[in-house]
Amino acid sequence: MTDDAVKPPAPFKRGLTPCPDCTEREVLIYPRFERLWHWSQAGSIVILMFTGLGMNGVHGLISFELAVRLHTIVALALLLLWVFATFWLFTTGSWKVFLPRMVGLFAVARYYAYGVFKGEHHPFQKSLAQRLNPLQALAYSALKAVVFPLVWGTGLVYLTYNFWKTLPNAPFLLEVVANIHLAVAYIVSGFVILHIYLLTIGHSFREGVRPMITGTEKVALTPEQEAYLERHETWRLVD
Amino acid sequence: MGGRGWRVAGLAAVLALCGVIGAAAQDAAPQISQSTTDHSKLKELQKEFASGPEVTAACLSCHTEAAMQVKHSIHWKWEFENPSTGQILGKSHVVNSFCGTVASNEARCTSCHTGYGWTDMSAPPPSEATAVDCLACHDTSGQYTKLDSAAGHPPLEAKGETITGADAWAVDLKKAAQSVGAPGRENCGSCHFYGGGGDNVKHGDLSSALYHPSLDVDVHMSAEGENFTCSTCHHSDKHVFAGSRYDVHAMDPGGTGKPGQIRQDVATCESCHGNAPHKAFSVTGRKLNDHVDRIACQTCHIPSFARGGVATKTGWDWSTAGRMDADGNPAHEENYVQGDGTARHTYLATKGDFEWGENVVPHYAWFNGQVEYTSTDKVIDPTQVVEINRIEGSPDDGRSRIWPFKRMEGRQAYDAGLNHLAYVNVWGPTTDTAYWTNFDWAKAIEAGMAAAGKEYSGQYGFVDTHMYWPITHMVAPASDAVDCHECHAPQGRMAGIAGVYLPGSNPTSPGALIGIAFFLAMASGVLLHTVLRIITRGGKGGKTHD
Repeated sequence: MTDDAVKPPAPFKRGLTPCPDCTEREVLIYPRFERLWHWSQAGSIVILMFTGLGMNGVHGLISFELAVRLHTIVALALLLLWVFATFWLFTTGSWKVFLPRMVGLFAVARYYAYGVFKGEHHPFQKSLAQRLNPLQALAYSALKAVVFPLVWGTGLVYLTYNFWKTLPNAPFLLEVVANIHLAVAYIVSGFVILHIYLLTIGHSFREGVRPMITGTEKVALTPEQEAYLERHETWRLVD
Repeated sequence: MGGRGWRVAGLAAVLALCGVIGAAAQDAAPQISQSTTDHSKLKELQKEFASGPEVTAACLSCHTEAAMQVKHSIHWKWEFENPSTGQILGKSHVVNSFCGTVASNEARCTSCHTGYGWTDMSAPPPSEATAVDCLACHDTSGQYTKLDSAAGHPPLEAKGETITGADAWAVDLKKAAQSVGAPGRENCGSCHFYGGGGDNVKHGDLSSALYHPSLDVDVHMSAEGENFTCSTCHHSDKHVFAGSRYDVHAMDPGGTGKPGQIRQDVATCESCHGNAPHKAFSVTGRKLNDHVDRIACQTCHIPSFARGGVATKTGWDWSTAGRMDADGNPAHEENYVQGDGTARHTYLATKGDFEWGENVVPHYAWFNGQVEYTSTDKVIDPTQVVEINRIEGSPDDGRSRIWPFKRMEGRQAYDAGLNHLAYVNVWGPTTDTAYWTNFDWAKAIEAGMAAAGKEYSGQYGFVDTHMYWPITHMVAPASDAVDCHECHAPQGRMAGIAGVYLPGSNPTSPGALIGIAFFLAMASGVLLHTVLRIITRGGKGGKTHD
């Protein structure tokens, strides 16, 4: 009780996590495929940004030819990965973590806009079923539903120009497609900056990156979940 | 073991001996001729000929249709009708930015006619069958040539100069007649390499460097490469050759033709290399194959012209002609030394100032294969650069591609009263009108216009002109092809070409600017957030996790 008086209230106690009787345990929540997916995607996006900027004449660190080759191959590989990832998300049901939700959205937004400067705790407590805070879920769903499709959609249309070059005004349409591709690609770069920056909030940067390498993170477990894991999936429990 | 060793050595010796004997026997065997006729054995050719037409008469006694065939060719007629404009083109009609026009300068210009004695451009070439010059194209003795100012006749004594500018020698017509065969590059080259009055003056991609080019100068004609002659690509049918700069196949959807077909109707790259010549199983190859609908093969594969040490004339200012030196003799300067060490004139009193170029990066333009000439009946705007032969083509017509050109920058005479390009009588050693003899523009232009039968106001001036020469020879090895970034970059080779989207040419396109604005907004948000966290020191609080 005395602690509570000096420290900001813990998330459970501020009523933001609907689980007052949970305990926090280090649990495997990012399966191997999701980590592989994450890092392949991260690497791909870095290569795509680098080669894209090169092709666009922003830098001349690699030849245009190599840039086109890498950009094309990496983009197609990433699309293939996304096919697998989409399959994974829907077969495992983990797509639900990306569903935007209103509950707690304001609290998280308020935290980043205000609370973080006051030294407050992050209002969201990760649980076994929900590892994304409402703002993250909103951002990722926007990324997955709008931004990424715009990039790979325009990219594919761009790449397959020779199949539709007979359309009237095809060169102009190509220019439009290329400009959208470019604009959205820059927005993705902005997301990457934001994504990396947010890792510095709440935990240390290392603490933020670690779960995506080891796969485990502290999440809130209900007594039932904990009991289940203790009995049937001990391999998911680290401590 | 030792015995076996001896046996092997003995066998080797016997085999070697057989080889030597075999080789000797082969040397002794008579060479089998490519042709079924050895012309040196023909009785018609066992005589001394007194003139070119006499040789032609002998040729025609067997090759009865040859003259008729030649007379249907542009080589003979110097005339071509532009199918899209109906304009009558060809050497006998057009004005160029070199020596101008054939009219009034006939015997000099027609020295390269594939005939004898065409001395009046207002009339068709001579009608006699024997006026056709068979030897110009078929001599293989290497010693047949034509005088530079005898309307196509060969030198029969060592006097004057030949069409390549060499001192003339007495041609042995009998030897030439007995040597005839398929045209080699020397036959074509002695006229086509010297267009405009000197080596590579006109075309830029046709020079004496192509007689014995290294691989990097011309992969097709180099002995290290394919060792093609001109007619390997420029197929002939009834003495009419495929390929013409008046009628360029700017795009050839026919490709290599049907299986088993050997296309002989065109001289295009595609007729051998097909329409998807790059590797189909590589990203780069596929992407390059995607280019062929818009980009001519030549655009990438001829990175520059006038390679191999022979310069081409890139500028010719007639207006400065006529300067005499201190002794009152026509002035001349030779201030350009080309790659092979030969000095080229940079000024001649007869012709004015010249500029030369080697390894010249081409001018690029959409091209449908046709050109529209500014004929002498067209009114020009002398305050603007006059396009002597405007390149036709557009990105939207479905038959144009981006082609490389030599752009010749000229300044030449025009009728300042009527605003027409002028005919000029430049050549005529015995006339009192020819500019090269008398250095009097007024007389020279008047005579030129009169010879062409054109109206002339009596006033003349000089106007800036551009003339375009499609570049298609001197194909470089693939490794020397134009690099992607030479076009896909700001201010690259395609700068100014409309109707095609060129990735990489504009890093600040609208899409890029919008994207960069978003990116900067997000990045500055992050920066602001960081600063605020540092100021409030609040970011630390979150680190202690409990």
